Amino acid sequence: MKQVLVVDDSAVIRKVARRILEGLHFRTSEASDGKLALAECEKMMPDVILLDWNMPEMDGLEFLCALRKLPGGNDPKVVFCTTENEVGHIARAMHAGADEYIMKPFDQNIMRSKFQEIGLV
Amino acid sequence: MRNTAVWSPREAAPVSNAGDARMCFAFARFRRQLAALTGIAIGADKQHLVDRRLYPVLRAHNVADLFELTQLIDRPGNKALIEEAIDAMMTNETSFFRDRAPFEAFRARILPELMTARARERRLRIWCAAVSTGQEAYSIAMALDEAARELRGWSLEILGTDISGAAIETARKGVYSHFEVQRGLSTTHLLRYFHREEENWRVNEHLRACVAFGQFNLLSNPADLGAFDVILCRNALVNFGPEAKRSVLERLAGLLAEDGYLFLGDAETVDEAASCFAPTSNQSVWRRRTRPRPKLALV
Repeated sequence: MKQVLVVDDSAVIRKVARRILEGLHFRTSEASDGKLALAECEKMMPDVILLDWNMPEMDGLEFLCALRKLPGGNDPKVVFCTTENEVGHIARAMHAGADEYIMKPFDQNIMRSKFQEIGLV
Repeated sequence: MRNTAVWSPREAAPVSNAGDARMCFAFARFRRQLAALTGIAIGADKQHLVDRRLYPVLRAHNVADLFELTQLIDRPGNKALIEEAIDAMMTNETSFFRDRAPFEAFRARILPELMTARARERRLRIWCAAVSTGQEAYSIAMALDEAARELRGWSLEILGTDISGAAIETARKGVYSHFEVQRGLSTTHLLRYFHREEENWRVNEHLRACVAFGQFNLLSNPADLGAFDVILCRNALVNFGPEAKRSVLERLAGLLAEDGYLFLGDAETVDEAASCFAPTSNQSVWRRRTRPRPKLALV
């Protein structure tokens, strides 16, 4: 069973995302900002990171750049999941090394489709 | 003035034996009319579905109930009402690269094979025969665009048709919601082939220019459309009665090139016209049989 780390400063979004992902047979854990997520990754690298953009302490893009510099940090697939839905934002995320991008609001179909795109469903 | 408030799906519960009989008669008649107009066979247990879907149409046209609708369908001069009733009964469920595997087969195996076979005439014609709101045709256009270098100088035609005029209008505009572009479409494809238009996303002009859309009823004779190398008719015939399905499949076979391919939905088969098509390694892709399979007969 693959492990997904859900990183979002909203407890509600973390709960909804975890429920959907567990329904898709993933194990899940969570972090409420980029800094805490990085600490989690240093302890144990997940298979996938579902990543919000705007968070306190360290935002999603900063986290992604820091993650890719960690040993084994190129291994996890990173799926942004954010309210930022302008082309420029999406392109920046993909250029920085994201594998997929979900625009909020999302539902189960979108989550399944995007995880299919990265070959995990 | 007619009082449309007297009828509603909820109120369709028995009011009297005469009322019951009237609605049962109307439902049976509507099923026959819909099958004759579209090929779609509605189950005898689906009256609640019909009531729910037709309710807005009846209200909009000030039609009292299903009984009156069935009378109006048989009278000349009610084209708009009939089209709206048909539209209401359609399930326009679709998505980009729906079910993925058929599009993978198209990209990896069928397109290269057809390109080799058509190397002299350098021409490919593809028909999405039940295209709904257009996602399937644009998916094919994206697949062809990805092979653009190899297809330089080729004449490529993608035709998308559907019985629903409203669906075709949406397909022509090529404008999709936030939810629609996130179902089946990778972010790479989204950035490459779409741009923002207010809150929605619109297919880029160069891709829209590759696809022509038109309204077409699968029960009509498609001979004027010409021959095709690939026909996609996915998840439409599953709702047809066996006889309508057989005649549509036979007509599609008649329009397919001898080495052409037919794509159906994952849950569909060619059982009703098995002599026309041969299976391939992909369960929803069929080849035209060049020599019809002889029918078995007991002697």
